[in-house]
Amino acid sequence: MFLKEYLSDVAKGVSSLLKGMRKTGYYFTHPKEIITEQYPDNRATLLMSERFKGEVVMPHDANNEHACTGCTACELACPNGTIKVVTKFEVSPEGKKKKAIDALVYRLELCTMCNLCIVACPSDAIKMAPNFEHSVFDRTKLTKILNKPGSKIREGIE
Amino acid sequence: MYNQTEIIKDTSELGAEGELVINMGPQHPATHGVLHLVVTLNGETIKKIEPHLGYIHRSIEKMCESLTYRQFIYVTSRMDYLSSHINNLGCALLVEKGMQIEVPDRAKYIRVILSELTRIASHELWLGAMAMDLGAFTPFFYAFREREMITDIMEDTCGARLTMNYIVPGGLMYDIHPDFQKKVKAFITQFKSKVTEYEDLVTNNVIFQSRTKGVGILSAEDAISYGCTGPVARASGVSCDIRKIYPYEVYDKVEFDEVIETAGDSFARYIVRVKEMNQSIRIIEQLIDNIPEGDFVGKTKNVLKLPKGEFYTRVETARGEFGVYVVSEGGTTPHRIKFRSPGFSNLSALNHISVGSKIGDLMASMGTLDLVIPDIDR
Ligand code: SF4
Ligand code: SF4
Repeated sequence: MFLKEYLSDVAKGVSSLLKGMRKTGYYFTHPKEIITEQYPDNRATLLMSERFKGEVVMPHDANNEHACTGCTACELACPNGTIKVVTKFEVSPEGKKKKAIDALVYRLELCTMCNLCIVACPSDAIKMAPNFEHSVFDRTKLTKILNKPGSKIREGIE
Repeated sequence: MYNQTEIIKDTSELGAEGELVINMGPQHPATHGVLHLVVTLNGETIKKIEPHLGYIHRSIEKMCESLTYRQFIYVTSRMDYLSSHINNLGCALLVEKGMQIEVPDRAKYIRVILSELTRIASHELWLGAMAMDLGAFTPFFYAFREREMITDIMEDTCGARLTMNYIVPGGLMYDIHPDFQKKVKAFITQFKSKVTEYEDLVTNNVIFQSRTKGVGILSAEDAISYGCTGPVARASGVSCDIRKIYPYEVYDKVEFDEVIETAGDSFARYIVRVKEMNQSIRIIEQLIDNIPEGDFVGKTKNVLKLPKGEFYTRVETARGEFGVYVVSEGGTTPHRIKFRSPGFSNLSALNHISVGSKIGDLMASMGTLDLVIPDIDR
């Protein structure tokens, strides 16, 4: 009696194992259905989706102009103090003073990619870029100035 | 200077003769994070388990007191990172309730669909990790294959794979990706055709069954008295689905069953989660074709101020009831905030269900409690 039970247990165990093995065996013999991608090898074809929140960037157009007015809305919206807007006063040829940004300092190491600054910006001057390879050897390289040197505000943006 | 007798007296207080104290964690592959369990053993039998917390405490509740009602939502993604979308939803619901913000129907539908996708992704990861704890490595890859499709959908629409922060008070941060509906439908087809593989690999496996059946039994009374919620309590026969009891968003318009098992053992908890994935698919199927047109975010004031008073909302995450309790003084930031996380209460039952069993069974009982440590240790 005991022996019979024991043997049937073993048979049941082996059959359930084989059932599972059949599944794994199927994929073993059908390598086309395997979807694993090998990361650094597929670097050329790997595309992140366009909305992927990788880092904050400030797009510039061909004339090296951006849309940032220096309103500091992004700085106020950021929960981590990642963005620091440094403003200056530009004197136009007519002698009028106008506020403009000197530097938009962005510290990637503090950023949590929460997108709140992008939503807060009234003139769509900053956006998220889908970059994800952020490793550097020196962490000072993670502090970035988003406006390019010599850039100025696009005409007609208040 | 200690003298000899004092030292002997000290050790005698630690435990009876023949008892062994081992530290499981804080770095242990089966604790999935920095959980530290001090396990007192008699031979191989567990006499006591004492969880030690604090290794990943970030004082999120205190942090939230200095963040505005728009900012504090993103922090909750870092608590239960596997249901981050549902945590965000709970916080947004609180702000909306407190300020009586109208949320457009479109946003409500999308929120529910994404919540259910999050739930599936979370259970999927749990299934793989749990099978791996019990020594089966293959299901991990199978579960991640389907989960990857969900994270891709999340990446397309929310812009992040885990810490979405897609919900803002009043609606959503931006509209769904144009491919959203197509991709979700492709996922449903894929999931339905592949879910049988889990049955073959895990559910019907004799080794898996004998390691989980009758292990870590939690009775319904104990589930209630320990405050367990979610699949853990439902596996013990306690009906506690917030989506059914206090429906939020559009859960009162969709048809789905609350999955309840009565055995209360590890296998029942497993079955509850697998069945819950199917129910989530059912919910998504009812909603995905009927997303109404319209705005994705309602009108809100620029600066959000909660009126003076106390507010509480609850949502059903993949692990159980997640509650947000805010005391407001009428300012732009919460005066005091408390999160009721499901993982903490579920963990407190671990000692009760493991005492008297063998140390090998601890893996099964702990695995099926589905602990996410940053959720326990905010
Ligand atoms: S994404 Fe979030 S954390 Fe990063 S700079 Fe913008 S607001 Fe700050
Ligand atoms: S990036 Fe936008 S929000 Fe920030 S200072 Fe410039 S214009 Fe203002």
